[in-house]
Amino acid sequence: MKKDIWDKKLKTCKERDHDFTTVSGRVTKTLYTPDSIRDFDYDRDLGYPGEFPYVRGVYTNMYRGRLWTMRQFSGFGTPKDTNKRYKYLLNHGQTGLSVAFDFPTLYGRDSDDSLARGEVGKCGVAIDTLRDMEILFHGIPLDQISTSMTINPPAAMLLAMYIVVGEKQGVPMKFLTGTIQNDMLKEYQAQKTWIYPPEPSMRIITDIMAYCTEHVPRWNTISISGYHIREAGSTALQELAFTLKNGFTYVEYGIKAGLSVDKFSPRLSFFFNSHLDFFEEIAKYRAARRIWARLMQDKYNAQSPRSYLMRFHTQTAGCTLTAQQPQNNIMRTAFQALAAVLGGTQSLHTNSMDETYALPTENAVKIALRTQQLIAYETGVANTIDPIGGSYYVEALTNELEQGVYKYFAAIDKMGGVVKAIDKGFFQREISRSAYQYQKSLEKKEKYHVGVNIFEEEGKAEMELLRIPKQVERDQVKALKGIKRERNNKKVKEALRGLHKAAADGSNLMPKILDCVRAYATLGEMCASLKEEFGEYHEPIIF
Amino acid sequence: MDRKIRVLVGKPGLDGHDRGAKVVAAALRDAGMEVIYTGLHQTCESIVEAAIQEDVHIIGLSILSGAHMTIFPKVLSLLEKKQAKAIIVIGGGIIPREDMKKLEKKGVKKLFGPGTPTTEIVHWIRENVGARSGKTRPRKSKKTRSAKKR
Repeated sequence: MKKDIWDKKLKTCKERDHDFTTVSGRVTKTLYTPDSIRDFDYDRDLGYPGEFPYVRGVYTNMYRGRLWTMRQFSGFGTPKDTNKRYKYLLNHGQTGLSVAFDFPTLYGRDSDDSLARGEVGKCGVAIDTLRDMEILFHGIPLDQISTSMTINPPAAMLLAMYIVVGEKQGVPMKFLTGTIQNDMLKEYQAQKTWIYPPEPSMRIITDIMAYCTEHVPRWNTISISGYHIREAGSTALQELAFTLKNGFTYVEYGIKAGLSVDKFSPRLSFFFNSHLDFFEEIAKYRAARRIWARLMQDKYNAQSPRSYLMRFHTQTAGCTLTAQQPQNNIMRTAFQALAAVLGGTQSLHTNSMDETYALPTENAVKIALRTQQLIAYETGVANTIDPIGGSYYVEALTNELEQGVYKYFAAIDKMGGVVKAIDKGFFQREISRSAYQYQKSLEKKEKYHVGVNIFEEEGKAEMELLRIPKQVERDQVKALKGIKRERNNKKVKEALRGLHKAAADGSNLMPKILDCVRAYATLGEMCASLKEEFGEYHEPIIF
Repeated sequence: MDRKIRVLVGKPGLDGHDRGAKVVAAALRDAGMEVIYTGLHQTCESIVEAAIQEDVHIIGLSILSGAHMTIFPKVLSLLEKKQAKAIIVIGGGIIPREDMKKLEKKGVKKLFGPGTPTTEIVHWIRENVGARSGKTRPRKSKKTRSAKKR
């Protein structure tokens, strides 16, 4: 049957009353055919797995060789509570660790800081000094596990603590594997944990890149994150475009700081969201790999193929979880996890069903982990590489997203780059608008969210929740006071002075931060010392 | 003449999740209310001070950090101390139902959970503030946004 005959027949068919755009509002056609990807050239546009432009995956045999790392983001209460949860997860087959810090830690404030009241150990684990980090990883050999830490303004301090814990375990820093998020650009745009203004933040980041390239070569120095951009309300295209642009900005700063592009960029990794729209998400990951490879080669003149590889972690979308009928979140998360796997992710976090109420219980997080294990061991999707490759729809969508990204790049360049665009509130405005737009489309029922605006049920679900006792804050503050009493305060002062001096004279901060950490200086003390030199950031108000 | 309903949308504490606060602020603004959004990382003191200075009818706090049991009671007691108990306090965020009940007993007038349509919030505010929006107190400031108090 020829297409024109089908076209004619199609015109006589009635469509159900439904908005057929993606969750990001992208128009989808009724059918995709070879015509939709007419200029498609396999070698140029897809290539083989582990080969340029890496659309089909960054490794030669992908999951046939090694499955993705199952890495649940986790942390709450005291370091002892979280250590226990890590051991529980590892016992249930988790293959990597991912540390969630509480808000005071994320902002480089100590547990006894006045702004920390009520927040200690609530959203993650509280870390004040090296002592807390020693407890956090007690009995977990750092040469046998990779650890990701979601930490941004104080990333250098937490990395330094991890390095010293490694030393104490007898693991030299050159063998440590893991990731610090350390992506400040997206903080100003979306996640909003900041201390210093953008320029000094970029200096800290380049210091970390320089130090790790030399001394901690297996460490991923930045996890360039679209996750939070998406959670803050962006579309899939905005997530992709802003994240990549941030990534290239780090490359530019690295080059500007005199580092060799092929030395530091292989240690840049990425972190994406996996949202509701199944194929759009898969296309997003594939487009990301292609754009990164192409521009690293053409624009940044990287020579090493390792600089072309976009390796990324994925987390299912927290913002899509519903408080209504929370058990549905298990299925929602499973579809999102499947999209991430079909998109070729290197590691994955699956959200738990109870997270619209509190941090997850052991049982809820176990189901989330089992969801990944089920995809890996039951569904067969990991048996062949990139089974979606060649789909007319997904390839067309991948092309569309790539073109959309270049348009955003041009707009951001016109504003003078990412840092300038942050100052102008460009990203913040784009994201807020998309978030509001999506909320309105839900309220108009153009988009559906099961249990929220369709198939609603009366009555409230009751479920067991994780509670963080008030005692946690008191215990943590008490422990902090103890450390301050026991440590050699003269040594601490000296180390802090050294750090401040390095901040002022422009020398690399990492060795000085390591000195402070070894002397059991607190996170708050170290950050305050840098704040004196770098100042504080204040956001433009946009809604 | 009725004056517009004035709402202060606040982000207390260190919580950086501002999607909900901004969406609600935009929805209230589009519903014709005057909205003051504080920006992030406000102390309870600065929120109460801004609410009094801006002469708002209602404070809406967004808390997704788990610190709700500390922050809401503190804001309520500060309002009481400043003799500004007439300002209604509502909120939303990641708050277990059991805690919602406790907070409502302590004097938080209404807590909205995830998935609440913005129209429901608009409606609730109109119902509960509408009655007293005609009463005017002298306005001390004409600012519609304040953010610099830290």
